[in-house]
Amino acid sequence: MAQRIDAKDLNIYYGDFLAVAGVTMSIEPRSVTALIGPSGCGKSTFLRSINRMHEVIPGARVEGTVAMDGVDLYGPDVDPVAVRRQVGMVFQRPNPFPTMSIAENVLAGVRLNNKRLPKSEADDLVEQALTGANLWKEVKDRLHRPGSGLSGGQQQRLCIARAIAVRPQVLLMDEPCSALDPISTLAIEDLIAELKSSYTIVIVTHNMQQAARVSDRTGFFNLEATGKPGRLIEIDDTATIFSSPHEKETEDYISGRFG
Amino acid sequence: MSATTPAGSAVPVRTVGGPEVVTRDLLASVDRGRRRKDRLMTGLVWTAFLLAAVPLVSLLWTVVRNGATKFNGSFLLHSMRNVSGGMDAGGAYHAIAGTVLITLGAAVISVPIGLLAAIYLVEYGKGHLARAVTFFVDIMTGIPSIVAGLFAFAVFAIFFGPGVRLGVMGSVALALLMTPVVVRSGEEMLRLVPNELREAAYALGVPKWLTIVKVVLRTSVAGLTTGVLLAIARVIGETAPLLIAVGTTASINFNLFSGRMMTLPVFIYDQYHQGPARCAPHATDCLVSINLDRAWAAALTLLLIVVILNLVGRLVTRLFAPKMR
Repeated sequence: MAQRIDAKDLNIYYGDFLAVAGVTMSIEPRSVTALIGPSGCGKSTFLRSINRMHEVIPGARVEGTVAMDGVDLYGPDVDPVAVRRQVGMVFQRPNPFPTMSIAENVLAGVRLNNKRLPKSEADDLVEQALTGANLWKEVKDRLHRPGSGLSGGQQQRLCIARAIAVRPQVLLMDEPCSALDPISTLAIEDLIAELKSSYTIVIVTHNMQQAARVSDRTGFFNLEATGKPGRLIEIDDTATIFSSPHEKETEDYISGRFG
Repeated sequence: MSATTPAGSAVPVRTVGGPEVVTRDLLASVDRGRRRKDRLMTGLVWTAFLLAAVPLVSLLWTVVRNGATKFNGSFLLHSMRNVSGGMDAGGAYHAIAGTVLITLGAAVISVPIGLLAAIYLVEYGKGHLARAVTFFVDIMTGIPSIVAGLFAFAVFAIFFGPGVRLGVMGSVALALLMTPVVVRSGEEMLRLVPNELREAAYALGVPKWLTIVKVVLRTSVAGLTTGVLLAIARVIGETAPLLIAVGTTASINFNLFSGRMMTLPVFIYDQYHQGPARCAPHATDCLVSINLDRAWAAALTLLLIVVILNLVGRLVTRLFAPKMR
């Protein structure tokens, strides 16, 4: 249950504004790919174009192809809703549904789609997903309490449990730890390391140490100046990017020398 | 030590004492002007509040005091059929039934239209159509209620001939007044739902319409209920359109689609309009003030209905509001 993603000549627009230009990259299955780069360079925008969440914003559109195992996600007969069931997403700020309990949050992907699940299967799914997100032990006695009562780090793991409960092929994470304290961050990073055995994971992060710790491959995005489109500068094995990158720009960025 | 104070400050520069004294002077110094302004504004705010509260409290007191004389079980359970002159009998049962039914009818018409329009404006609307809808909703908010009554009257006159009066005509007239209020408050409430929740649902592969029904509406249901109840409270006391469209009657009529109905505001107007009853001298069962007493009791009834509606709203809000723990 993990598939490769290939983006080819991808241009991403907000209305007339070209935000990301000419991205071509491959994302390997069962691995963690980290995207790093300065603010506004388009890494989150690129991430959101992988599960067609980009087009939710009015006026936003995409040119080029993003293929999952060779099938173009932007093909004419592809349903964006079906894409999002295969490509899950975890957001920067934890966003559990405030009207739902912890268990209901985990089942949200099933229940919100009007699918009925026998109680025993639902219970199994809740336990499976929460165990998968390393949260089961902490919440198993209060599954029917509201999800918003958890701490920030627990909420984020709840959101990961919610995302994996729909059994996606790919998991996108948009700065999943930037609103969390170091301990919760560590918990999430451990979780990412476990999840990569079954999912293809793409993570956007501002934290280069985090990219170095969790990822197998790292892509570096940059933009020439504000108002110019962001570009993928290079993508390679994480070890290579952080020790001997091919591009000078990358080296400057990761060593803290900017511009 | 060197104590530097900003120019123009009222703090005296101490030349003796340690740094502690200087710091204390800096922190404890009071800007007299600011404190005076603070007092002045606080006083103004309180005065304004009291001025606004005086008529409200006085109105409540008058309604309760005058209404209490005739407000009893018999008043709530009897109509005005076969009641005449200064008889100490009759009540507002027919008017209560009419008000409840007609307002319910208005809600049945305007709540779906209003909420769907609000959903369109927040979730789908863009460009000219959305702007046009917003514009016309704004205009509708300002329609004088008598015009709504005349509109309902004119529309039904086309189909049923002039002079027709039906409960449902009153519902249509009130719905016309209620819809823009529902749209406006609904729009406000739906915009309060964080976009993150919509995105969270989309990212789980939930289609847009299910996201709206199960996440957006579910999250904002408390606010939407409050908005609908406020809109009902806004129209439940309307008199003019009902006088035109529904007319008056002394009998009980539960059928919105046949014949005139009485409503509480019209009942109040009607009783007040009849003025003091003419009693024969030394008549024992004749009350001169009975009509006015009934008007006040009906006013109290209307007030109580609005209060009950508000309490129900509070309850719904409490039941459905997102819980934090």
